[in-house]
This record gives sequence, C-alpha cells and structure tokens, in this order.
Amino acid sequence: MNFDFSDDLKQLRDQARRFLSERCTPAVVRRSLDGQETFAADLWREIAEMGWIGAAIPEEFGGAGLGYEGLCVLAEEMGRAVAPVPFGSTAYLAAEAILTAGSDAQRQEYLPKLADGSLIGCLALSEGSGNPEPSAIHARVVGGRLTGTKWPVADGGIADIAVVVAIDEHRQIGLFVADLAGVRRRDLQTLDPTRNHARLDFDATPVQRLTSGGGWGSVQRVLDRAAILFAFEQVGGADACLQMAREYAQERFAFGRPIGSFQAIKHKLADMYVALELARSNAYYGAWALGADATDLALAAATARVSATEAFHLASKENIQTHGGVGFTWAVDCHLFYRRSKQLGLGIGSAPFWKNRLVDLLETRNVA
Amino acid sequence: MDFNDTREEAVFRAEARAFLTANAEPKAGSRPVLRQSGVDAEAVKRCKAWQAKKADAGFAGLTWPKQFGGREASPILQVIYNQEEDAFVVPRGLYEIGLGMCIPTMMAYAKPEQLDRYVKPALRGEEVWCQLFSEPAGGSDLAALRTKAERDGDDWVINGQKIWTSGAHLSDFGIMVVRTDPNKPKHEGLTFFFLDMKSPGIDIRPIHQMSGARHFNEVFFTDVRIPDAQRLGAVGQGWKVSLTTLMNERLAVGDVQRPEVDDLVELARKVRIDGKPAIQNGAVREKIAEWHARSQGLKFTRFRTITALSKGETPGPENSIHKLVNASKLQDIASYGLDLMGAGGLVVDDDLAEAYAMFQSALLSSPSSRIAGGSDEILRNIIAERVLGMPSDIRVDKGKPFNQVPTGKR
Repeated sequence: MNFDFSDDLKQLRDQARRFLSERCTPAVVRRSLDGQETFAADLWREIAEMGWIGAAIPEEFGGAGLGYEGLCVLAEEMGRAVAPVPFGSTAYLAAEAILTAGSDAQRQEYLPKLADGSLIGCLALSEGSGNPEPSAIHARVVGGRLTGTKWPVADGGIADIAVVVAIDEHRQIGLFVADLAGVRRRDLQTLDPTRNHARLDFDATPVQRLTSGGGWGSVQRVLDRAAILFAFEQVGGADACLQMAREYAQERFAFGRPIGSFQAIKHKLADMYVALELARSNAYYGAWALGADATDLALAAATARVSATEAFHLASKENIQTHGGVGFTWAVDCHLFYRRSKQLGLGIGSAPFWKNRLVDLLETRNVA
Repeated sequence: MDFNDTREEAVFRAEARAFLTANAEPKAGSRPVLRQSGVDAEAVKRCKAWQAKKADAGFAGLTWPKQFGGREASPILQVIYNQEEDAFVVPRGLYEIGLGMCIPTMMAYAKPEQLDRYVKPALRGEEVWCQLFSEPAGGSDLAALRTKAERDGDDWVINGQKIWTSGAHLSDFGIMVVRTDPNKPKHEGLTFFFLDMKSPGIDIRPIHQMSGARHFNEVFFTDVRIPDAQRLGAVGQGWKVSLTTLMNERLAVGDVQRPEVDDLVELARKVRIDGKPAIQNGAVREKIAEWHARSQGLKFTRFRTITALSKGETPGPENSIHKLVNASKLQDIASYGLDLMGAGGLVVDDDLAEAYAMFQSALLSSPSSRIAGGSDEILRNIIAERVLGMPSDIRVDKGKPFNQVPTGKR
C-alpha cells in the first residue's frame, strides 16, 4: 500500500508553501480584504508562470501534466495561504468542466489559455439562494444565445470566460462557455472579500455548448471533482488555523501560565486536530479517486467534502476562541480563515446538500 | 498512490491466507461476532489450541527475534496478518495483553535465562500473562498507585489491590508495578516485577460490568512474596519500565466494533418515520453522512499508518486518534439506532430484537470503551501535549513525597 503523495509531489508542496509564505503574506491577502484590489494580480501571474494552474491539464492541452495529485497538493497550499486569486474557479471548475465536457476542439481552444493564465475562468451555476439542483436553473440558451442572471459567481467579476449551467430550447441542462467581455456584471459584497464574487446578467449573450457532456449528470460530475480539490484547500486552511491556535496557546499567558497548559484549551486543540486528520485522510482518498477516475469517485468526493467543511469550520471558529478578545479584531488574521471557511463551505453546495448526496450514493452502493 | 502490496507483502499475505483458510472458518453473514462476555474453560481450550497452531505455523510473534520463535518481520507484516485474520472466526481474548505488552516488556528487561524460560511457552499459548497496573487510586493518574512492596531478605512482600486486570483469573503470570518508597515523589518510588499468579496471598474477584460482561478483575494482595530476581529494572525505575509496556500497545488495525454505519443504514431502511422508511428522513440522512465521513476518515488514516509502516517508517501521531473517535461514534450510533426503533429498541430478546440486539449491546458496552485503555480526556491531553506540543498541566503533586500528596474520599 502506498497511500501517500510521492516524494516529488511532497517537494512540490514544500516549494509551494515556501513561495506562498513569501509572496502571499497576510498583507497581500488584506489588500483584497480592504478593497485595494479585486484580486492579487501579480501573484496570479507568478502562479501561472510556474505552471500551477495547468497542473492537472494534460500536456497536449498546454498543461503541466502533473496529474490530479499534483493539483491536490497545490490546492492545500492555496487554502493554507488564503490566496486571493481565482485558482479554484479557473483550475478546478472552468478547466475541469471544459476538460470533462468539452470536445477536443473546445479543449484546444480554451485549456492552453487557462493553463498559462491568459484567461481567467469561472463557473456560473447559482441563481440566488439554494443549493445546486436542476429545477433551480432558469438561465436559458435559445439559438446559441444565453439569457438569464447568475449570482453569486465566484471570480465572476474578474473572469474572462464563464462555464454557464443553463437550459436549452428542449429544457435540457447543458454547460455553455460564454465570453464575458460585454456581459453586464456587478461585483457583490460578500462575507469573504478576499475572493471576488459577481452577479452576471446575460442578455442574448453568444455562447457555445460543451458538446461532450450534457444533462445534470455532467454538472454534478464537475462539482464532484471540484469538491475534492476544494477539500484540499479546506484542509490547508484548517491546518493553518490549528497552527495559529497552537502558537498562540503556547505564547499567551493567563493566571501565570501558558493558556495551552489548561485542559479547556488542550481539548479544544485536540478536537481540531482529530477533525483535521479525518478530513485529510478523506481528502487523500479523493486525490486517489481523481487520479484513478475511480468508480466510487462521487462518494469519495461527498465524503471528503463533508469532512473538510466540518474540519475547516471547527478550526476557524475555535482558532478565534483560543485567541480570546484579539481573535475577533480586524487586525488579527483569524477572521481571514473564518471568512474563507464559509466561502469554501458554501461555494459549490453546502453541507446539507453534500450530506444528502452522500447518503444517496451510499444507498445506491448498498443496492448494487 | 496505490493500494497494492509490495512483492514481499503479497507473498506473505498469500501465505497467511492459506494458513487461515486451511485452519479457520471464514466469517459469514451480517451477524456480528460479538466479544465474549467472559472466557470460560471451553473457550480457554479453544484459545490455547489456536495459539499453538498459529505459533507452530510461524504466525505468532511475527516481529519478535528469531531466537524466541518470531520472524523478525517488519510491523507491516503483522498488520497484514491481522487484516487477514479479521476475515475469519478465530478464538480471541486470552493472549492480546500477554503477547502484546507483558512479554515485550520482559524482552526489554528480563535476564536471558528468564527469557529462555518464559517467552516460548507464552508464544505457544501454554502460559497466559496479565498486566497489573491500575488501582482504585491510580487510573488516569496511574503513577498514583499505592500497592506497596517491602524488601524482606531475597523477597519483596506485596500488600494492596489492583483493579481492571483483564484475564487475571486465567493467567499463570503477571507483570506489575508497585510502590517501594512512599517517601519519594510519585514517579520515583515505583518498582516493576513479574510474578506467579498462583502465589499464596492472591485473591482474584471478577468485576461485573454494567453490560453484564466480566472481562476485568480486582486482584487483592496479602503478604504475597516475589523473589527479588523477578524485579524488572532497578528499584525506583518502575515508571520507566511501565512506559515500555504502554508503548507496546497493539496497533489499531481493522478492529471495528459494530454497529457500524452500514448497520445503521440497514436499520434506517427497515424502520419507518412518518409512514416512510427512516432513511428518507433528512435528519437521519444527515447523521448517517456525518458518521460515514468519520468512519472513512479513520479507515484512511489507518491506510496512512500502514503506508508509513510499509516504507519502514514509524507511524506518526495520527494513529492516536482511533480510539478517541471510535468509542464515541459507537456510543452515538448505538443510541441513535435505538432512537429509530422507538419502544422496540428496549427489547434485547434474541428472537425479537432488531439487528441481533447489537445496538442494545453496544449502548451498554460503549461507556467502557470511552474509559478503558486511556479515557477520552487523557487521550485529548496526549494529543495536545505530545502531538501539538502544549505545555503539561501544572501539577500540585510535583516533587512532593508521595505520602504527603492530598487524597480525596473516592
């Protein structure tokens, strides 16, 4: 059994961690938080130059061909650094949708540009409140033109193209690629200003259909695969919170002793650790399932998603609690993770959605 | 990543499977193999016969030195053997502590001629060993134990009481830690021995647990004599020797207790809420999903441990989370399954109870799982201190002579 990342990928992870700790400091994240910039464009360029965006894109489509395990280790570091860049939207959602549902020509058209950073991508799925489901899709494509409203769309305000979930003339769900130049869009204020979110108003926008996929199944397939990659971001974020809480508990004194010597704090940190390790192990299985395109990928994804969402939520809130009063100030970084935990936990369907899906999959598995 | 054995592992797995197929019955059906509530004379016979067979075939003490009948194998082969054995019904419950903890401690501290005498009979299961550590006054705070040993010529004379001793009544020998100097601070006044459990002055009484089981015993010592030659480690070094014993706790591999999540799914399909199968109820689904994520998380954490072993590495501290997560999950799943049964959940009669009464049985046995072998609270302390580097608690007994440490009424 070899249930671990290879030494090469561990090296890639360490490089990524070093790079991001230098170039994606909290000061950089805060430029987006405070509205000085929509996203860290310089950082994004460097990430693109290193080939990270196309880590899992095959070389024939301009990617680095590192495979999904490579993308997973990078995702963990993106989460750890709370990176204010459209990495997930471009690499896990837009590129993955085109890779799994596009024709070869469509892959050739878009993937090299997404991989080298010359195009930013996003997935336009939500139309307001509620979790993903086919009956909630009202955006419609008639005669190759899309009309409808999508919000919130992560990175919708900075993306060049969107993969849009819409219904066609026959009321069938499909995935469509839209060039966003000329589309009316408005940035939204959200719980996590370190990530851009927008409302997109399509009005007879020309789109092309991703022809190798169709129906809700292909949408769910994109969400399943992305759930595993986002789980790694959540694991990275949860780990960062645990490390912050650890350091603070060792250094902060109360009643003449480090607060980490109190069992109330120890047990809190132990619970964070347990949740994190369970989530990490589930995410690892997801990484394997992605790489192997395993038959139980969907169940692996739902499991990883449920586990990672819980771990990041727990770690981010208890990190604040461990810090006490300073923990809820703007100046201390705890809230960056607390915000990101909710952003990641809601973005592609929230916990109730994925728990329900998990049990659906368990039921079909047990019947089979 | 892959889930394949190395060539050496695959060869060994095939060898183990062949041995088990030829000598044991595979587990069948969904009926759980429940832990016996006590090992009776018949079961002892079965355990002894199986252990001898296993030892003769070279599958006992896999990681032990060859001179003691082992194979000097890597721990991964022990894991593989356990995985394979888990698919078969084999008698258990008599040797885990002796071979897992007592004999490894002997191998670290006993004299060569003592090892020649004791190790092989233990490995073949001819002699059974128990571990006498916990006391009424020393559970989570094990070093607070009070059973005293006083030097008398070439012997030590033991007076006091041990508790929670698994299999004491079936054992031929035991290892024990006792207090030899109450004037020294808690950890410094302890000394370690092995002893003949048939020595005069030992009185063993079973403890009747709330689950009905009688796994454990109280063991009373009245002027029991142990020769000084059976001391393990120096006088006053008993705590250090104890840590050797505790480090040899068996790797948690595949030891999943039921009901598991699949059992709950099966139950939720059968019982109804609001005229529909309970599994269609949103609240029920949410619970099932959460427990599934936890179960899978543990399973794959175990895979990470196995990977580390397979590469010849020492597994990381992630292995410490298993009992903490499992014990509470078992209690919660048991309780929730009974909730789904409603009033019928009260019934434990074999012909009427749902799912072979495994939910009821687990409800009553799971409280002990959360305490025995390190309570939830102690495990959290261990994770916080040893894994996360939190400072140890401030202790009011530190450096104080043991006989001046405050004691309560319990």
